[in-house]
Amino acid sequence: MTGKPAVAAASTATAGDVVVAVRDVHYAAGGRPIFAGLDLEVRRGRITAIMGPSGTGKTTLLRLITAQIAPDRGRVEVFGRDLATLRSRAIYGVRRRMGMLFQNGALLTDMDVFENVAFPVREHTDLPEALIRLLVLTKLQAVGLRGAAQLMPGELSGGMARRVALARAIVMDPEVLIYDEPFVGLDPISLGVILRLIQRMNQALGITSVVVSHDVHELATIADDSYLLSGGRVAAAGAPAQLRASDSAAVRQFMTGSEDGPVPFHYPAPDYASQLLGADER
Amino acid sequence: MNARLPGTYLLGGVRRLGSAMIFLVRVLIQCGPALARPQLLVMQIYNSGARSLIIIMLSGLFVGMVLGLQGYDLLQRFGSEEALGTAAALGLLRELGPVVTALLFAGRAGTALTSEIGLMRATDQLTAMEIMAVDPLRYVAAPRFLGGVIAMPLLAAIFSMIGLYGAQLVGVQMMGVDRGVFWSQTQGSVDLHDVTEGVVKSLVFGVACSLIAVHEGYHAEPTAEGVALATTRTVVASSVIILLLDYVLTAAFL
Repeated sequence: MTGKPAVAAASTATAGDVVVAVRDVHYAAGGRPIFAGLDLEVRRGRITAIMGPSGTGKTTLLRLITAQIAPDRGRVEVFGRDLATLRSRAIYGVRRRMGMLFQNGALLTDMDVFENVAFPVREHTDLPEALIRLLVLTKLQAVGLRGAAQLMPGELSGGMARRVALARAIVMDPEVLIYDEPFVGLDPISLGVILRLIQRMNQALGITSVVVSHDVHELATIADDSYLLSGGRVAAAGAPAQLRASDSAAVRQFMTGSEDGPVPFHYPAPDYASQLLGADER
Repeated sequence: MNARLPGTYLLGGVRRLGSAMIFLVRVLIQCGPALARPQLLVMQIYNSGARSLIIIMLSGLFVGMVLGLQGYDLLQRFGSEEALGTAAALGLLRELGPVVTALLFAGRAGTALTSEIGLMRATDQLTAMEIMAVDPLRYVAAPRFLGGVIAMPLLAAIFSMIGLYGAQLVGVQMMGVDRGVFWSQTQGSVDLHDVTEGVVKSLVFGVACSLIAVHEGYHAEPTAEGVALATTRTVVASSVIILLLDYVLTAAFL
């Protein structure tokens, strides 16, 4: 892992190296602008971290990349194809080359772990049952849950559910794997397990990984490139070490976790003293 | 503060109706592929149909028994209690069977469908399917819709059958109407037209109830409150639509 800065490297990279490209994207939801000129690139075979405080649109970015929503302006290109120009069949074609790990796992609750992992295979292929069994068991073995194959999703802990979801996400051998907040709410052991799995998927299978998270320290240990989002655009980009060394106030506040800074501790409110003394207001 | 103009409600209703119709077309397009996967469909017929059997049968029995009592009381005033079989059979086949079954179906199966799909939405299961390039309309919505449409006429038929037995139980066993007269009157007065009316009604109600339930669930706000609201709307909208359609269909058949 060389950890070259993404922005510098992007200029020398050939177009084939860029798997996901977000170009000057503007997006507003419910009248509130979320992105205002967002630019970023995800390059093949690397782990790209997308960080930012809550509410900066990290999850919205994932929805743009997976074509669940379309930008108001700008382009989102995946595998070199502009998503806005694709019809739904072609979008499904692009999605078949991607895997996504949801925050809560999003396992289908009416089937057991084995069937959950087998689901994409059954839907997209006509493989014989024996081969499906083999495929599912190897993927479950990779996440350490071969023994849990017969459990229902309701019987799994948060960390286990996420590992099953990871097995399901890789069962079709995707080129890109997207992780939405993979570390949220995990105990240190599960967190370590997920962290190593992300790294292993990337190194052993060569899967390009996009990790969206606000867990700076965890990400810093595995990410090759990272982007810090703030105010609807990229506030900083580069290797995690470069981000830590940044002298921008916004980047420093996020990387060190200070209470007050460009992101204020207080949500905008009327004057404290006059509100406390005003009897007729809540 | 929250007072809304009546026009707002009207517009909301029209918008919802339009959205449901577009949704119906999208689901119908996916019904072909859904039929090609019979195991999913059978599962949904089981969920909507077989699991509603007890409530349908119990209700059918009591409705039939009430019909027997009321019918006997009414008819004996005119000295024509032997017409009880006719009254019960026609009332059940043409009206009570389809309508009461549909109302019960909306309460039992419709709410289950809405909350199930709404919770799938709230827990990202539908989104996960989309990301896995599986169309949730084909995998989730179409089999549930078809399952409901197939189950409804079967349930209505069972309801009418048990109801007629209930009417016979009261009329013949308790009130002493002659058994032979009861059944021969029933047999003589019911013709294919009456059966068709019942089948068409229950089929139309099945489409309406299943569509409303699946549509509400699919478009539910992905929160606990949103799913609760969608479930309530399923029951309210289904009940009103069933009674409205019942009037239209009855007028058309007379």
